[in-house]
Amino acid sequence: MGGETSQRARPGNGRTLPEKVWDAHVVRAADGEPDLLYIDLHLVHEVTSPQAFDTLRRAGRRVRRPDLTLATEDHNVPTDSLAAIADPVSRTQVETLRRNCAELGVRLHRLGDADQGIVHVIGAELGLSQPGLTIVCGDSHTSTHGAFGALAFGIGTSEVAHVLATQTLRQHRPRTMAVTVTGELPAGTTAKDLALALVARLGTGGGRGHVVEYRGPAVESLTMEGRMTLSNMSVEWGARAGMVAPDDTTYAFLEGRRHAPSGAAWEAALDHWRSLRTDDGAAFDREATLDAGTVAPFVTWGTNPAQAVPLDGVVPDPADLTDPAERSAAVRALAYMGLRPGTALRDVPVDVVFLGSCTNGRLEDLRAAAGVLRGRRVAPGVRMLVVPGSAAVRAAAEAEGLPEVFAAAGAQWRFAGCSMCLGMNADTLAPGQRCASTSNRNFEGRQGAGGRTHLVSPPVAAASAVAGRLAAPTDLPGG
Amino acid sequence: MHTGTAMPLPRSNVDTDQIVPAAFLKRVTRTGFADALFHAWRQDPAFVLNDPAYAGASILVAGPEFGTGSSREHAVWALRDWGFRAVLAPSFGDIFRGNALSDGLLPVELPTPAVALLWARLAAEPVLAVTVDLVRREVRIKGLTWPFPLEDFARWRLLEGLDDIALTLRHEAAVSSYERDRPSFLPTVT
Repeated sequence: MGGETSQRARPGNGRTLPEKVWDAHVVRAADGEPDLLYIDLHLVHEVTSPQAFDTLRRAGRRVRRPDLTLATEDHNVPTDSLAAIADPVSRTQVETLRRNCAELGVRLHRLGDADQGIVHVIGAELGLSQPGLTIVCGDSHTSTHGAFGALAFGIGTSEVAHVLATQTLRQHRPRTMAVTVTGELPAGTTAKDLALALVARLGTGGGRGHVVEYRGPAVESLTMEGRMTLSNMSVEWGARAGMVAPDDTTYAFLEGRRHAPSGAAWEAALDHWRSLRTDDGAAFDREATLDAGTVAPFVTWGTNPAQAVPLDGVVPDPADLTDPAERSAAVRALAYMGLRPGTALRDVPVDVVFLGSCTNGRLEDLRAAAGVLRGRRVAPGVRMLVVPGSAAVRAAAEAEGLPEVFAAAGAQWRFAGCSMCLGMNADTLAPGQRCASTSNRNFEGRQGAGGRTHLVSPPVAAASAVAGRLAAPTDLPGG
Repeated sequence: MHTGTAMPLPRSNVDTDQIVPAAFLKRVTRTGFADALFHAWRQDPAFVLNDPAYAGASILVAGPEFGTGSSREHAVWALRDWGFRAVLAPSFGDIFRGNALSDGLLPVELPTPAVALLWARLAAEPVLAVTVDLVRREVRIKGLTWPFPLEDFARWRLLEGLDDIALTLRHEAAVSSYERDRPSFLPTVT
């Protein structure tokens, strides 16, 4: 994990949660070498795996542990129909995954399966994302699974091939960081706002080289969905992984899920999971503290996730920024976003609203948006897409009547996938279109060439759809 | 050791979506990504990639947080396919850095003032010879030398051109031994 020595004298007594999970997975440690780390769960999707399977095939190698490898189709899949994929290039990529999984014995959830969905949503749903595991995937948002107290991080395609072949990775021991969130999140704010506030505070490189543990009362009071949102965005401030120590909330989420242990194994697992806490007196390499009481609904104004301010604020003036790199980035960002300094964020109109993604595509997110949309209409001229994170989320939402709420409001109810988070399927922004999005990245062109993205929470997304401009639910009549 | 010319890219947070937009990730090969490199930015004729003064550059000099965002190794493949052998920047996204090392594209961390100085020199003299010396872990231009950090293991791998999987399989017995001791409550997907 980047430029660190493996063996290091550590201050303090005891070990941190990241260190405990790391230590339990070291297959081999040697001076001057990265550790050889065992991987408990390898998640695979169609985009970053074809070249890795080719590497295996060329060398005549097999998948070492198909029983620890799970694949799904998520990035390319259409969300308007479960029929065949129309785009031939997307179809070829998905068919390549199907062929690779069939040949090498990897379990795959295909488009149309009850368990298909975004890789980071289904891992938790199936009960596979468990405390203390090492989880990797060729996808930066693998950090999501850290919500369970797993050490979960994104890897490149060469590393995907390495894990397929060996079930291990060579990694330098990362530095550790504690982010302690004190107090309570105010009403109307969510884990997404907390994540955006952290990214804005710490910067896109603030966590570089570190595995972070989120702690404190505001983190402990988050639901598992909220913890997943927070851990998911760890990579947006540069952290390699984000973790939350498992507790009763974690165990309650896991119990009874298909791949969670049961019976005597559940008790044995619980004993282990309860040990996965940072010891009193253990020292982190870095620490940061945030008062949750200061978090407000956040929105990004620029083209990286750290360019974010409270919705109550205005578009900043680059001239006020002291760091020259930040200043020139802000000038570029405002030109791309078509925004002028001093504009109130609430005066920014939106053309499209996207509710979904591995950040905010779970049932709790859909409920929050539906709560805002109930009895209201999406503003004329605004297109709102609601894309559940998985087929199971879609089914659960249907069971409680959420699609009817979205339909009555004039929003489009879709099938599961990554969709407009990165626009690899047909769900893209047109050049110049402005989108309030519950996804994780506002990079230039992320949601379609020339598209402009404002990252927001699900309630703010829904309120913005109704208002036709960036808005919080409390801004709406009757809100 | 590599000596070549260098291209200045004075931008920070050059995320991997800029290096290769998602539309190009549908390909199933690991070569042929040169046409995807900085695809949106290069539509601007004034973008540095289109500047004949820097044609043939094999070293990219960029701002801080180069390669943040998505884990797509395609970003490294595109830079490499274009002809870059090294990227010099004050800092890199963690996953990008690992990917670059996997593929022999050297990520060179230089202090911000060194990068700023290189940008200024390259603006004035696009054909300035820049040497990236992996053995000595140094970047040199005439009259100036900057050391850069690189783990011993990564340097050794690059110098020897070793295959990571084959290296790990030398320790297959240790992996098997570890597997035998894994607790039985751990999940499988079957």
